[in-house]
Amino acid sequence: MTEELERILTRVQKPARYTGGEYNQIVKDLRDVDLRVAFCFPDTYEIGMSNLGLQILYGAINEEPGIWCERCFAPWGDMEEELRRAKLPLYALESGDPVGEFDALAFSLGYEMAYTSVLNMLDLAGLPVKSADRPGLTPLVFAGGTSCINPEPMADFIDLFVLGEGEELDLEVLRLLRRAKSEGWDKAGFLRAAADIPGVYVPSLYEPEYNPDGTMRAFRPKDGAPERVRKRIIEDLDSAYYPTHAIVPSTEIVHDRVVLEVMRGCVRGCRFCQAGFAYRPVRRHSTEFLLKAAREALESSGYEEITLSSLSTSDFKGLPELADGLLEWCEPRKISLSLPSLRADNFSMGLMERVQRVRKTGLTFAPEAGSQRLRDVINKNVTEEDLLNSCRVAFEGGWNTLKLYFMLGLPTETDEDVAAIAELAEKVLRTWREYSTNKARGVRITVSTSMFVPKPHTPFQWEEQVGIEEYLRRVRLLKDSIKSRSITYNWHEPHVSLIEAVLSRGDRRTGGVIERVWRDGGKLDSWSDYFSFERWMAAIEAAGLDAGFYANRVRGDDEIFPWDVIDIGVTKGYLARERRAAYQGVITPDCRAKCMGCGANSLLQRSGCDE
Amino acid sequence: MNRIRFKKEGRAKFISHLDLMRTMQRVFIRAGVGIKHTEGFNPHPYMNFAMPLSVGTESLCELMDFELTGECLPESVPGRLNAVMPEGITVTECYDAKRKFKDIKWLDIEAILFYYDKVVDPAEISALLSGNELIMEKRTKRSSARVDVRPLIGSASASPLDAGRILLKARLACGDPALSPAQLISAIGQNAPELAPDFTSARRIEVFDMDMNLFR
Repeated sequence: MTEELERILTRVQKPARYTGGEYNQIVKDLRDVDLRVAFCFPDTYEIGMSNLGLQILYGAINEEPGIWCERCFAPWGDMEEELRRAKLPLYALESGDPVGEFDALAFSLGYEMAYTSVLNMLDLAGLPVKSADRPGLTPLVFAGGTSCINPEPMADFIDLFVLGEGEELDLEVLRLLRRAKSEGWDKAGFLRAAADIPGVYVPSLYEPEYNPDGTMRAFRPKDGAPERVRKRIIEDLDSAYYPTHAIVPSTEIVHDRVVLEVMRGCVRGCRFCQAGFAYRPVRRHSTEFLLKAAREALESSGYEEITLSSLSTSDFKGLPELADGLLEWCEPRKISLSLPSLRADNFSMGLMERVQRVRKTGLTFAPEAGSQRLRDVINKNVTEEDLLNSCRVAFEGGWNTLKLYFMLGLPTETDEDVAAIAELAEKVLRTWREYSTNKARGVRITVSTSMFVPKPHTPFQWEEQVGIEEYLRRVRLLKDSIKSRSITYNWHEPHVSLIEAVLSRGDRRTGGVIERVWRDGGKLDSWSDYFSFERWMAAIEAAGLDAGFYANRVRGDDEIFPWDVIDIGVTKGYLARERRAAYQGVITPDCRAKCMGCGANSLLQRSGCDE
Repeated sequence: MNRIRFKKEGRAKFISHLDLMRTMQRVFIRAGVGIKHTEGFNPHPYMNFAMPLSVGTESLCELMDFELTGECLPESVPGRLNAVMPEGITVTECYDAKRKFKDIKWLDIEAILFYYDKVVDPAEISALLSGNELIMEKRTKRSSARVDVRPLIGSASASPLDAGRILLKARLACGDPALSPAQLISAIGQNAPELAPDFTSARRIEVFDMDMNLFR
């Protein structure tokens, strides 16, 4: 570490996040390395180090001899200011070397509000933000992650996208890059060859055409690039890389514990949920694998808490055996087990008691909508009875804080649906009065609402988002409907949700907005410290675009979408059928009850879904 | 009671005291070295540090007490802990704690003083710190007072290191009242602004009792 950097670190907040040197970080001898990769996370260290995807891909890439993958995070404002003032480029934590000199920068794009930070990190690395302005083969700037399901808004900045799960795909891209580097290929030649790797989308090989009304007319592949790019999955999770020796941060991060991923995908099919479609088909780890992985991860980290992770952990087959097996190991060692993402419908007394034996934390349920009618529309297959039963079990078990999450602005929502949220919360309160075993401590029920964001590759991808004023009207309506002082109501600001709606269903033209926002000082936009609605609206206007076109417009049934080029397995026809079912208020059973033919099973070569 | 002595250097100097406690807790678990937990509703490992170290200061002489519960022999502790430490923290000894931390009265420190655009004679710093008195504005959480901190300086001498850098060695009181390396540097600046360094990198070297015997 240079004296200059040391001097800077004595002045910034939480300097330990900029030093590296944590236990289990991977350092390789440069003499054995012929390809250097920076895994770039466009948010803070505390957020990025909590990301299981980062830990998995960091480990998986470093398994490859000759390739050294290091980490790089977005600096907080004070650190950025110091780096810029000292003209120090963005560096990788392990070696301290400038990432701008690496062979590849691999960005993790989990959510749209991180986009401006990608540009900011490229700039801090001393690189032009636009792909076209980086003529050399290296550094290759590529990206993957959930929000790449619609890569178009970032198409101007990213050389290639990797779609789906990256354990194998990232290495295939990096091996090709290594070959290209040693054989002296140019960037265009490499990108053309990379486009033949299944799961790779090279935006420069596609030409969007627009109709006069701004919608897409066509999306043309060039130079023999594939018509559509299919996401990649790991078919057999147990045989894939698993991060049992993950990096243990020396400073506190958001999820400071062992995160045990039990399965991928979700059998449910809630119609608003992008992850529910994006991660299909459902695949699981075996219980034996998980018990062994959990022990290794706990022993190698020294963590005293482990959490099970998946989109819907209640749906993990063998959860009771897994929970029992984990508790048998955890209890004598005073390790606590937490089970988030439990559904309200199959929240069993037994399971809760088992978890409760170690530590009792707050409970959160997400009914998403207040009325049964609207829950049927969104296919959130939780009944009021399920929810109240779960609450009863919780209150009988001594819990006294409960959070309930809802969305406002869901398709077909009426004022009655909004008022039903308040009624549901009151019923939860009555359930507490009736069944609480510990009334003296009182109860705290928190209702939270956020503004619904229609997402690509969901049945609601055609839908409009409600306007900000309308959302706020419904917030007031709900606020006035809640009478009890034991119920607290929090609502999320709608402004971020509007921008999220613009970006998530944006096209290549929205790239200009992202660049303008960044040039005007935008970064770390998921933080209220930095997000500026005015800056985004000004940039949208300056680009000659209309936020309403992207966010508040019902799309035609036959409209071509910018993200149609990406094939996630689930077909557009299936999504359209699900949308029609939503309007009819018809629920779709979960995948285990009946296969509805979403198409995702075509991604599997050897097995069926959920085996 | 068992005690370890450890170094905290390099990148690890930016780990805060709170984060160090968390890190140590995990290090013992990773090493499989069982230590006693506190009683009560929410038991946590019992660990007691001699003197919290400020972020950005290195040390060769940190001390931490705990109690071994398993069959682990004290002499095997440094090796086992070091095998699972983050970079920069090294346990040098583990032994039975015989004396209380409150017996620590003096601390030897070394500080490198950086001057970017002025030339300073180390002798002037030595002279300033070795005078009859050294009055400084000492801030506590609640108040601020002008005090003579000269009695808190056992000895101090500055010597040239290389261009723009001076090595300051000092013995500072670390009981109550105490003088931290940062306060020592502040005292220089308050009394002689022309001697104030642009940046200081400090390191704890050794701890002593009131009779200047090594504290262990």
